[in-house]
Amino acid sequence: MTIVNAILQGIFLGAFYAVLACGLSIMFGVMRIINLAHGDVAVLGAYIVFVIVDRTGVSAFVAFLIALPVMVVLGYALHFSVLERSLRAGILTPLLATFGLSIVIQNLLQLAFSPDVHSLGGSAGAVTTSSWQVTGGLSVSALGVLVLVTAVVVFGALQLLLSNPRLGWMMRATAEDADAAELVGINSRAVYASATALAVVIAALGGLFLGIRSVFDPVSGPTQLIFAFEAVVIGGMGSLWGTLLGGIALGIAQTLGAQIHPQFAVLAGHLLFLAVLVARFGGARVVLRTAR
Amino acid sequence: MKVERWTRTSRVFTGGLAVSVVILAAVPLIFDPDVVQKLTTLLILVLLAAMWNALAGYGGLLSVGQQAFIGMGAYATVFFANLGVPPYAAMLVATVAAGAISVPISLFALRLRAAQFAIGMWVIAEVASIVVRLDQNLGAGTGISLIQLNQYEPNFRQAYTFWLALGFAVIFLAALFLLLRSPLGVSLQAIRDDEEAARSIGVRVASRKRLLFVLAAFGCSAAGVLVVANTLFIEPGSVFSVQWSAYMIFMVLVGGLGTFEGPILGAILLFAIQATFTQGGPWYLVGLGATAAFFALALPRGLWGTVEERLGLRLMPVGYRVVGAKREEADG
Repeated sequence: MTIVNAILQGIFLGAFYAVLACGLSIMFGVMRIINLAHGDVAVLGAYIVFVIVDRTGVSAFVAFLIALPVMVVLGYALHFSVLERSLRAGILTPLLATFGLSIVIQNLLQLAFSPDVHSLGGSAGAVTTSSWQVTGGLSVSALGVLVLVTAVVVFGALQLLLSNPRLGWMMRATAEDADAAELVGINSRAVYASATALAVVIAALGGLFLGIRSVFDPVSGPTQLIFAFEAVVIGGMGSLWGTLLGGIALGIAQTLGAQIHPQFAVLAGHLLFLAVLVARFGGARVVLRTAR
Repeated sequence: MKVERWTRTSRVFTGGLAVSVVILAAVPLIFDPDVVQKLTTLLILVLLAAMWNALAGYGGLLSVGQQAFIGMGAYATVFFANLGVPPYAAMLVATVAAGAISVPISLFALRLRAAQFAIGMWVIAEVASIVVRLDQNLGAGTGISLIQLNQYEPNFRQAYTFWLALGFAVIFLAALFLLLRSPLGVSLQAIRDDEEAARSIGVRVASRKRLLFVLAAFGCSAAGVLVVANTLFIEPGSVFSVQWSAYMIFMVLVGGLGTFEGPILGAILLFAIQATFTQGGPWYLVGLGATAAFFALALPRGLWGTVEERLGLRLMPVGYRVVGAKREEADG
């Protein structure tokens, strides 16, 4: 029963990773870039929600809705200040520029909020504490269900968006070939910027869940980025629903690893990620070729 | 018209560099251990910058996980010293052992592209860090001292460590220099300029990249060995920290990606910045991150690359230059 419970908790944890990974997946799908500051953007979202809760006393969920327009503006700002320039400059530049940005965000957060840990758990209401006891060893937490439902809704909404005759067509055309898309009258700049804004908003949703599930501090971002990227790769880069499944696979690997030893949790996730990379890129074949 | 490698400037500079190495070797005889320790740090930075540049500047391989080798080099030193190997011998064994791990890693890591390689290497560093944390004999998460170095008197210890650092820096920079000048070097620079084009004219891109990857791993392992020799205490949270990658990226981007001299300049700049802002702190790191991002976007060739382009200056002759007939007459 503990194994079944571990898998169930892994699915809930994985849904959280899928939400974190969603924005990364969108940006890779549309622009073919990985934003190394994605985790820090999520943590920044958590801090913005925290500030709103702190000032107004509203629930964390209400605070997230208030924060949404701020995140949209930040998304466009991120695109026009850093990403647009880096897109034109070759394959390594977006990685270098967003890595620099990641260090800037972490340390600005450090300056603004001290290195102490914060949490949104106290301001999220009863959802953080309620759970249903199914049988002896099996419990379903309300928060877990909420995250899972939200993840399915977010991915479903994106699916609808991408299959929308006009919007989705513009996004897919731009992803395929931005210059050709321009020729048929698509404003690829606007499409790219909107994709970034969308990714930032969903990252902030991931930040909200991070803050409710546990605690965060100014340097929590890199770990979130690694988990998010692992979810994207395990699910197959460029596949939207793959990212949801990849997140869940990562979550299950971590909770099963924790069954062996608490310190194996993260390690098991990393090993699954590396195993997927080896399998996908034909590690065995490389060894044979080198041996010959 | 003729093709030449050496110019008068590069002859003078390369000669000057050789002389300065000899002068540097005398540093521990003249200065306080405090100064010697600082200069050892500078040599570690030079070594790290040169190795990260070998990978990214010539191989097009952007790694955010070279701290894997720094940490493994440092911990391997403690591991071998605890087995009873004399400390400085343990450092050499550790460099080779940690560097050699790059060979199996390269078999699959080099098939990854861009972000997959960058974050894949980062995950490998995280895995190495977790494995160390699980091992009580290596101090687990709380860190461990290289107590075997206490058998040396502090002044001598600092001097030996400095000479080791100088030796490593010279060996790895010379190896990179000779590699870039060899027939292999031409293909490496071709890969740097355009990987697809290089492949299309028959350059064996994969094996060339493996060479750089393994060289950079050995260099970073050597740097990790020097870190533990210089500070005497290590913990997984610091030697496996992604901060090392941040420093390497800063030094190489500011100095000049894909130039031989640039990373050395970047290392000296970072060293000077660290000496100025001794408290460190968030503002200093905000500055480092913002500067790295600025150079990536606005000045991708870095300070040295820009100077080289504008003035045609070449201090270390790793390329060729075509000297026109008229110019030659004028020179003569």
